[in-house]
Amino acid sequence: MKIGVLALQGDFDAHRRRLEELGAEVVLVKKPEQLNDLDGLIIPGGESGTFLKLLGEDGFAKLRDFVLAKPTFGTCAGCILLAAEVENPKQAGLGALDITVRRNAYGRQIDSSIREGLFLNSPIEMVFIRAPKIERVGEGVEVIATEGKDESPVLVRKGKTLAATFHPELSDDPRIHQYFLELVAKL
Amino acid sequence: MSQNNGHNTTSLRLKTGLAEMLKGGVIMDVTTAKQAEIAERAGAVAVMALERVPAQIRAEGGVARMASPKVIREIMAVVDIPVMAKCRIGHFAEAQILQELGVDYIDESEVLTPADEAHHVDKQAFTVPFVCGARNLGEALRRIAEGAAMIRTKGEAGTGDVVHAVRHIRQIVLEMKILTVLGEEELYAKAKEHGAPYELVKMVARDGKLPVPNFSAGGIATPADASLVMQLGAEAVFVGSGIFMKNSTEFADPVEAEKRAKAIVQAATHFKDPKVLLEVSENLAGAMKGLAVSTLDEAHLLQTRGW
Repeated sequence: MKIGVLALQGDFDAHRRRLEELGAEVVLVKKPEQLNDLDGLIIPGGESGTFLKLLGEDGFAKLRDFVLAKPTFGTCAGCILLAAEVENPKQAGLGALDITVRRNAYGRQIDSSIREGLFLNSPIEMVFIRAPKIERVGEGVEVIATEGKDESPVLVRKGKTLAATFHPELSDDPRIHQYFLELVAKL
Repeated sequence: MSQNNGHNTTSLRLKTGLAEMLKGGVIMDVTTAKQAEIAERAGAVAVMALERVPAQIRAEGGVARMASPKVIREIMAVVDIPVMAKCRIGHFAEAQILQELGVDYIDESEVLTPADEAHHVDKQAFTVPFVCGARNLGEALRRIAEGAAMIRTKGEAGTGDVVHAVRHIRQIVLEMKILTVLGEEELYAKAKEHGAPYELVKMVARDGKLPVPNFSAGGIATPADASLVMQLGAEAVFVGSGIFMKNSTEFADPVEAEKRAKAIVQAATHFKDPKVLLEVSENLAGAMKGLAVSTLDEAHLLQTRGW
């Protein structure tokens, strides 16, 4: 299985390590043509605004074609990119998931935290770094993991698209990447 | 004193976690909210808020201190990317103020005038992460032992001359390579030689890399400079005076500065792709005039501050 990790900037190397541990072949994607023969793609954490600038209009259009057609998993900045609507500030989203995401919703770095949430009803560690929040979950979008007393959605899925507001690549637990690879294998 | 949150491993993972998010990016020195906006627009992954950039500090002299909280707050208000700020070496009170202000990273920096001749800040005692400069592996590991969550090579700030950034990244990479081929019994003597904790030396010998992200700084002024230090092993770059300064006293034209900033951002992402590097280098109207490090007196070097 050939999985790309968007490597314009951010923690792409943490995703690469995890995917390789799980037996996937990994391509670090810096150019649109590298998207051509991938089975799936991960958009990592990083600065979502910087991603948009590095993509440019052409790169953005090609990435959108890919994520609308193929399995894609976004974490943190990647989740922001996959959303239909982005707040704080408003910015372009690829629209692969009908969700509204608020950037830096918990505050600054000092408010970053490691907490326990529920993934498919079992406890799992979640690393939140200057994390966004999913403020609206559209029709047909399934909530796969939640966190906190208010059971905030932190991992959502629609069909082949998966997005997390936290960083499973920074925890030792491989379950969420495993889940994504199973999703890629099924499609 | 600042509260230690009592979970050092958890806390270090959060601190290095933010550094992970900055990898492959460019962190730019800014002195005003306007420059911060330009940096963000150009694609910087973070800005470093300063009162004067290193080239100005070098030219004007005097005591260089933490930037005014008012200016830092203005910068924090206009950008959505992380904001870093510098405190003087050993000046934990400046660090406490910066943490209270809510900056995302503190740089305990040799660019400012050191406040303590014997001690660096106890960075473990803070919730906010710290980055520190280093010229060699021992210095990097001592800073990590004190709690630094990111290392940057020192280079020679404010010169626009990349030669010492290269020297320092090569030195650290070489010293790490050597550790990976030594026997376990040889690591004790190496720990003593580097003046660094044995446990950290052992960790580097096992992994072949620092336990925290390793960035580069000090004299990077062009897209080619950024590519050079990243090909040598740096995971991201800090660009200081090189973007907004024309020479050590005059600011560059903002349009030129933004073009240069954008070009360096592209170079950090595509650092191994000469085609992109050529393209982004072509339309630039030159870089800051700079100062050749070899012409500076030992007494004027900033990199020898800290130990």
